[in-house]
Parts: sequence; structure tokens; C-alpha cells
Amino acid sequence: MTTTYRVMPGPEHFLPPSASSMGIRLPDPGQAHIHGSIVSEEEAMEQAAREFLAAKVPTIFPGPLVLWAWNEKAAKKAKAVRHLYETIKDSVDPKLQQAMLIPMPDYRPKYPKINPEIEINPNHPNLTIWHNKIDACMFVGVHCHQANLSLKIIRGGTSCYTVAMCAQAGHEDAMLSFRDATAEKIGRLADWVKKLKGTVPPPE
Amino acid sequence: MSKERIKIAEELYDIMPAEYQDLVKRATYGNEQRGWKDIGNAKELIEEHSLCAGCPESMAFRYILASLPNPEDTVMVGSTGCTSLVFPHVAVHNIHSLFGNQNAIASGLKRALSVRFPDRVKDVVVLAGDGATVDIGLDMTLQAWFRQEKFTTICFDNELYANTGGQESGLMQKGFVAKMAPVGKSFEKVRLPEIARESGCHYVVNCTVSKPNLVEKVIKNAVHIAREIGPTYLQMYTPCILEIGKNSMEGLQEMRDSEKPSERFAYKEFVSEPAKELIAELAAKEKERKAEAKRQLASQTVAVG
Repeated sequence: MTTTYRVMPGPEHFLPPSASSMGIRLPDPGQAHIHGSIVSEEEAMEQAAREFLAAKVPTIFPGPLVLWAWNEKAAKKAKAVRHLYETIKDSVDPKLQQAMLIPMPDYRPKYPKINPEIEINPNHPNLTIWHNKIDACMFVGVHCHQANLSLKIIRGGTSCYTVAMCAQAGHEDAMLSFRDATAEKIGRLADWVKKLKGTVPPPE
Repeated sequence: MSKERIKIAEELYDIMPAEYQDLVKRATYGNEQRGWKDIGNAKELIEEHSLCAGCPESMAFRYILASLPNPEDTVMVGSTGCTSLVFPHVAVHNIHSLFGNQNAIASGLKRALSVRFPDRVKDVVVLAGDGATVDIGLDMTLQAWFRQEKFTTICFDNELYANTGGQESGLMQKGFVAKMAPVGKSFEKVRLPEIARESGCHYVVNCTVSKPNLVEKVIKNAVHIAREIGPTYLQMYTPCILEIGKNSMEGLQEMRDSEKPSERFAYKEFVSEPAKELIAELAAKEKERKAEAKRQLASQTVAVG
């Protein structure tokens, strides 16, 4: 099935269609997708690194699968996520850009209100995006359903560029998605950020 | 054991919101002696809640969560009502069921947990209002007891449908006039504790939540008996102060007034013979534990001296 639909930064509208319903397909192992087009993993790594380096507020949203040390693999991924964050922070212009690392510790709605400075919630992720003026973000360690929910809400109501570092088959609703995430893969993305440091024009 | 399972990844510890750090550092998971006295000293398993100021249900929630003997391996099943406003804020696994089918869900859950985790103790506790337990869900409530399902059912009895504005419920007292029951209840309050006893519950208590130590005792008994023997039922008066025209600070007094010997929430307890034996066994173990702790303390004192 071919489609002309592209998964682009929003705001698309209040209830954007799920990308899969518009014909976007998930990548096979070793591949990734950018805006719904299947590309090689390396190409997506480069694109994701460029998006981070060009953003005013590049942000990583780690979810419960990496925030908690469930097992050795999770602990390694957490280390890699931290390393990626530090790399982005060191690679951007501190006068113009601010890298952030904001957790998604819980999927349950937060009452009476969420504190968007310190966390993001899948039921209203737009609040954290708006409050911190985040224009590029990456989800990692978030369970599939909650990631899809967040990605759709973000695409619907914000202009933020979304990247999914998925440990399963990837996310159609992200503008760029990797699959089969490992600590090593997150490390490779950090290497790309380091490699492209200084080559991407900073935001105006 | 459980504390080992709930570790925040070292590299991301500093970005975790304080309430999660507190749960790991100061909560009472894995502490067999946990109880209501931990409230104020340890991190509670309930975060902020959106119940009304002074709501007795919020007190009951705090006492119950502080008293669960095995919170890290407990799953609570809730139903529609004010309790479902609190469940999103508790650090215990929970399921929100359809209105009334909480005991059916808990039955399947308990059986599935026994199959999935044969070597681990997993407790299931149903917590629902009187509408879910006695009216809409009476079928599921009774059938679970008939089948001798091994879990605890707690009914927060506020004697009406408080969450939707005050409709008549089966547990409302005769003659009571509520906002949406203007002619007054025409029949007696359903005697569910007695029905529970006749339906096969091994431990049944009818009480208020005015005394936290009592709540702790009955919760621990109910969970242990359900774990080892069969179904248990607790009916707890948690008046809705809004629906009965009381102020925030009057909930406690309302419960005290309702638990007097001649009143409808005078403490009543039924314990089956096997359950009595289990309680005695648990009491003996507790006594032995305390004696051992005392001996250890004495030996430490001698060593220091």
C-alpha cells in the first residue's frame, strides 16, 4: 500500500489520525523511518542528531522501562540515555539552546496538576512541551501504548519534532523512529551527535 | 526482598520527582510490621488525593494502605465511585473495574496470579462502595463468596450513591431522605454482613474507621485469612459528609456516634473456626517475634553497657 501521508511536526489538529491508519508502515529490523519513509538506521541516526543539534530545547523523555533498574539491561540503557543527554548538552550552544532530560515516571493522570518542569505525563504531554518550549524530543523506555498516545497528542497540539527510540517494532506516530533499541544503539546516536557537533546551524 | 525490586536507575536518580525517590527511600514496602503508626513517619503509599476535605473515606484509605501486610505483592480492585478518584494516586497495583463487577474481576485475577506466581504470595483486595458491592454488583459479590474465592472484599459504606449526588442505595438506612431520594428509604438497610457470613465468608467485620488501630487489625486479619482460608468481608462506615449535611471536621464524630452499641455500625465480627485457629497462630508468631526483639534489645544493651 502506498500513501502520500507524511508524519510531520504539528499542530496537525485536535485529533490527528493514527499514522498507521494513514498507511504508514513500521520498519524492518535494521531499518528506521523518517516521516513515514523507511530508511537505513544510519540515515535516521544522522537525521535525529541533526534535529537535536538544531533545536532550541532538545529533550529526552525516559520512561519507566529505563528509569527503574528492573534488570541489568535496563540499567545499561539508563546509563546510555544519560550519556546521550550529556553529549547533546555538550554539543549545543548554551547561549541559544538548552538540553533537557525530563522523566515520564508514571502513566496515570496527575491530579490536581502536573509539574511540567520536572515531569511529563502521557495523558497530557503537550503541557510539558508547551511549558518548556521543547521543539525536539525523544521518547525512550516508554511502553508502546503510552508512547503512541503521547506521540499523537504532541503531533496534534504542538510543533515539536518527535523521535522514538523503541525497544520493540518502532512507532509510526513519531516523526522519526528507531526499533529494537539497545544501550549500544543509544550510544551510536550519541556518537552521531558528537560527530555533527558544530556542523549544524544553531536555531535563530 | 521487595526493596530490592524497586530501585531507580542510578544514572537517572536525580531527575526522578521527589515522591518516587521518597517511595524508594522511606516507604514501608517489605516491612512486615508496617501499620497505621507509620503514617507521618514513613512515606505513605498514597500521594495527593482529590477527595473532599475531611472525607472519612480518605482516612480509611490511608489506614488501609498503611495496614496491608504485603503491599508490593497486592493488587487492589476498585470500582466506580469516589474511591476511583484516589486509586490513580496510590503506590499499589490496582485495577479499575466496571461498576459492580469488581468481585468477578478479582476472582479471575487471584486465580491468574496463583498460576503465574505459584511460589509467591499475591494478595487481592477489592475496595468498592456500597452501590457497587450491594446493588449493582451484588451478584458478583455473592458468587465470589459462594465459590470461596480467596480475596478480601472491603465495602466503603456511605449509605448512598454519594459520587452522583445522593441516590438511594441498598445500604441506606430506612427512612433516610437524600438529595435524590426525596421520599425517604422505604425498606431496611440490607444486612450484608450477615449475608456474607451465610454465603461462606470466613471473616466478617462491620465497623467504622474512627479507630486506626482497629482498622489495622481487621485489615491484617482479613488479608491473612483470605490468603490462607477463603473469602473475607469488611463493611466500613465512611460517611459522605457532603450528602449528610456535615462539615469537614464532623466526619469523625459522625462515625463515633454511629458505632455506639445500639447503633447500626456497632462493632460486629464473625470469625469461622479455621479462621480463629489462623488468627491464634498469627498472634502466637507475633508474640514470639516481639519477645525475640526484646531479647535482642536486651543483649545489645548489655553489650553496650
